Amino acid sequence: MENMAGKKPALVWAVNLSAAALVLLWLIPTVGLFVTSFRDKDQIIASGWWNAFFSSEQTERFRTDPDTQKQVGAEWVIEGTALPSGSSAVSAWGTKTTEPGANAPGATVDMGDGVNLTVNADGTYKMVSPTEFDDDQRIFVQAEVPPSFSLNGYSRVLMGEGIGQAFFNTATVAIPATIIPILMAAFAAYALAWMDFKARGFLIAVIVGLLVVPLQLALIPMKLLHSSLGIQGFLGVWLAHSGFGLPLAIYLLRNYMVGLPRDIIENARVDGATEFQIFFKIILPLSFPALASFSIFQFLWTWNDLLVAKVFLPTKDQEVLTVAIAKMMGSKGGEWDLLAVAAFVSIVVPLIVFFSLQRFLVRGLLAGSVK
Amino acid sequence: MEQVFQALVTIAIGVGGCALWYWASNTVLDTVFPARGPNAGSNINKTNLIRPWLFVGPAVVILAAYLIYPVVNTLYRSFMDKSSTNFVGTSNYSWLLADGKFHESMLNQFLWLLVVPALATFFGLLAAQLTDRIRWGNFGKSLIFMPMAISFVGAGVIWKFVYANSDGNQIGLLNAVVQFFGGEPQHWLQLPFWNNIFLMVVLVWIQAGFAMVILSAALRGIPEDTIEAAIIDGANPFQIFFKIKVPQIASTIGVVWTTITITVLKVFDIVYVMTNGEWGTQVLANMMYDLLFDQSDYGRGSAVAIVIMILVLPIMWWNVRNARKELR
Repeated sequence: MENMAGKKPALVWAVNLSAAALVLLWLIPTVGLFVTSFRDKDQIIASGWWNAFFSSEQTERFRTDPDTQKQVGAEWVIEGTALPSGSSAVSAWGTKTTEPGANAPGATVDMGDGVNLTVNADGTYKMVSPTEFDDDQRIFVQAEVPPSFSLNGYSRVLMGEGIGQAFFNTATVAIPATIIPILMAAFAAYALAWMDFKARGFLIAVIVGLLVVPLQLALIPMKLLHSSLGIQGFLGVWLAHSGFGLPLAIYLLRNYMVGLPRDIIENARVDGATEFQIFFKIILPLSFPALASFSIFQFLWTWNDLLVAKVFLPTKDQEVLTVAIAKMMGSKGGEWDLLAVAAFVSIVVPLIVFFSLQRFLVRGLLAGSVK
Repeated sequence: MEQVFQALVTIAIGVGGCALWYWASNTVLDTVFPARGPNAGSNINKTNLIRPWLFVGPAVVILAAYLIYPVVNTLYRSFMDKSSTNFVGTSNYSWLLADGKFHESMLNQFLWLLVVPALATFFGLLAAQLTDRIRWGNFGKSLIFMPMAISFVGAGVIWKFVYANSDGNQIGLLNAVVQFFGGEPQHWLQLPFWNNIFLMVVLVWIQAGFAMVILSAALRGIPEDTIEAAIIDGANPFQIFFKIKVPQIASTIGVVWTTITITVLKVFDIVYVMTNGEWGTQVLANMMYDLLFDQSDYGRGSAVAIVIMILVLPIMWWNVRNARKELR
């Protein structure tokens, strides 16, 4: 048995390594944005996120302030400090954009017209001129900056960019939009599984057909119908999400409920339990796994949805996370500090749900697609 | 804090109102036709006729309103003009057939339909096969499955950052890798034709985990003796995989393939946030959104929606046929 296929040491190694490579490939994009969300704005632009754990060479621009000049003897002097934030020593400096690291620390450079500028290793600089300064002077300072991570981005985005509000709006959309269809689907699934009535077979076929109807079709007709009925705001989104989630919910729950033992239900009926009692006291508790897996689906789907929220919640104060982020991508495409944080604020809840309830999610997927 | 409170109240009203209907309607039914007293028998028969409709009623109403009515209504609007006031016959469809952007969308859509299900299934199968054979397999599976939980918008941000192109130091991973191997950094999302592939990668990344979970369960369901017999006959691991395992899970592969196909047909968010259909990356769902909401052209927008619906129809027909078979 030792030499059976799949048990050879070389093959075991190959399998382990390929699996590790595949997992890494899948993980790295997310890690990149995650690391970025804890970096400073300047750092993000200065170096790739994979450099975040090492010190990096950074260039910062300073300006001398002519108001602080003092007359010393026959000369005018401006003194100050130019040290990039987070660093302890200047590694090079310059005065032109094209050559920001032209001079070594401690060197004195002739700027013309008898003006001399010295920048020391500790960041202090001294500019000396025979005449009075009337303009400021740019100084580019390069320094080795050690890695630093902060939550500044998070506090800024949550408070300042409306993302905090959007977070609550998303929860307000997602939670009822998960519970309402489950409630409706559970009742409907019970009727379709255990009650005998004429249209049953037809209704089941219709629901299976509706599983794949693209929700895009519903946008305009429902938006117009909503406005003519006076339905607006969150109510409209809840109803829409319920409608789009119901086919899958009924399908999953009915398949599960049909498999429950017939004896229990018949016995309860014989004992005089009403259908309502059977549903609440027997069917619902027994269907917990199916209810859990559908609610995870529906929650992830409503939390992550962009299209429905965009169409049915047009006002700014009801904006959800996905809509807010899509807008930021349009208007602030290059501001990765804001985007990274906003994206992670929107991702964190689904990830918690995913990792804590993965068991049910997998079970639901298997029940829903292996037809 | 006020916001949290408001949210909680709205949530309570929404959920409570819904629960109230089922409770109240059932109580009314049981009071009007009590299952006791002189007419118990006929009352029970009556409630047995009515109660199923109390249970399925709300779901049927919502389904009719949000899925059936819109299909009919969209079909109607696709034969009307911009604001749905005048009948224009098939001119919306003939406009579509002549429109360059529509050709581009159709072509891209078929490319998506070809590439995404194929690659997602391939990587899913690969991941399932690899992770099933190692100790830390379940951990690895979780990580590959994780993108499923991330929104398309979130995935859009994550991958736009991978594709980022900047002056000076490259902060986008792809360009940094290309540069490391001596290549020229590119604006990946503006690169004709290939930008479509870069968008598809995002969906493959999301869907491969789904394919992996389903296929992994199917692989485990394969009877051991077929594999043992192949080993005794001297088959190597690749032969076992392609000639013994894959044929036995072919029907599951089909299910995974069609499920991802449906997702691909509806793909909107990824294209919308990453390129908005520019640089030759338009797809049907995004074109429809653009026509309906940016140009307020209900006629042409609805016509595109109907095209998407027509593409879904074969899968719908297949599902319904299978479901009816099972019921019998």
